[in-house]
Amino acid sequence: MPNSDLRPPTLKVTPEEYKEITKKLTPKPKVVKNTILAFLVGGLICSIGQIIINSYMLYLGLTKLSAQIAGTATLIFLGALLTGLGVYDEIVRVGGAGGIIPVTGFANSMVSPALEYKKEGYVFGVGGKLFTIAGPILVYGIASSIIVGIIYLLLR
Amino acid sequence: MFNNIIPAFLVGGLICVVGQLLMDLTKAKITPSHVLVGFVTCGVILGALGLYEPLVKIGGAGATIPLSGFGYTLAKGAMEGAQSGGLIGAFSGGIQATAVGIAAALFFGYLVAVVFNPKG
Repeated sequence: MPNSDLRPPTLKVTPEEYKEITKKLTPKPKVVKNTILAFLVGGLICSIGQIIINSYMLYLGLTKLSAQIAGTATLIFLGALLTGLGVYDEIVRVGGAGGIIPVTGFANSMVSPALEYKKEGYVFGVGGKLFTIAGPILVYGIASSIIVGIIYLLLR
Repeated sequence: MFNNIIPAFLVGGLICVVGQLLMDLTKAKITPSHVLVGFVTCGVILGALGLYEPLVKIGGAGATIPLSGFGYTLAKGAMEGAQSGGLIGAFSGGIQATAVGIAAALFFGYLVAVVFNPKG
């Protein structure tokens, strides 16, 4: 029984309704914060990639295409290395999708499960778990690219 | 030479924002893995329709470094392969265009997983 001495609630809502309202309202600041962090972290990784690509063209004299390919490979290396050092998980924790979507995040998605299941051995542990997430990505990416190629042939 | 860094930051940041909103605002269980698979597939489709190319022209690495850019490169390679090599090219083009990235991820990923040990 509620105490009758207490002042009546100013909001005419039951505790259940109140809970629902707060539930609806509280995640919003988190979404805004996550979005800003994803923008900053993702943007930063991409601009670091652009700086690497620019440097390859400027200092190594690579063509634009070669510099792009080499730059992507460099970022993949950095993503894998930072995952090994335990740094990249922090980047994903802060940046969310900003850390996941760039190729550095792709490298992270390969190394992370491989490290975690290392105790299961070098064949099924490291070798297999490298493709826990990269596997589906390659399956859908490559399969759809082949479909695109075939459609392109048919429409030519 | 270095005036392409700001566009890379903006385009790359915005692409990541799309992924973040997908994870935060959808009630369905959209995990980071789903986002990655979705981004690659969308990249392939947008690349095939010629809609991703303008983004690459504006954003440079901002469009090619996110995984949607991987999909774009796959689609572009498959279409170029089909153009020059017919059906065989349609099969080989995508992997050829992305071969260095896939090989680098596999090689460096394996190396790091062997050299380092999991924390804790």
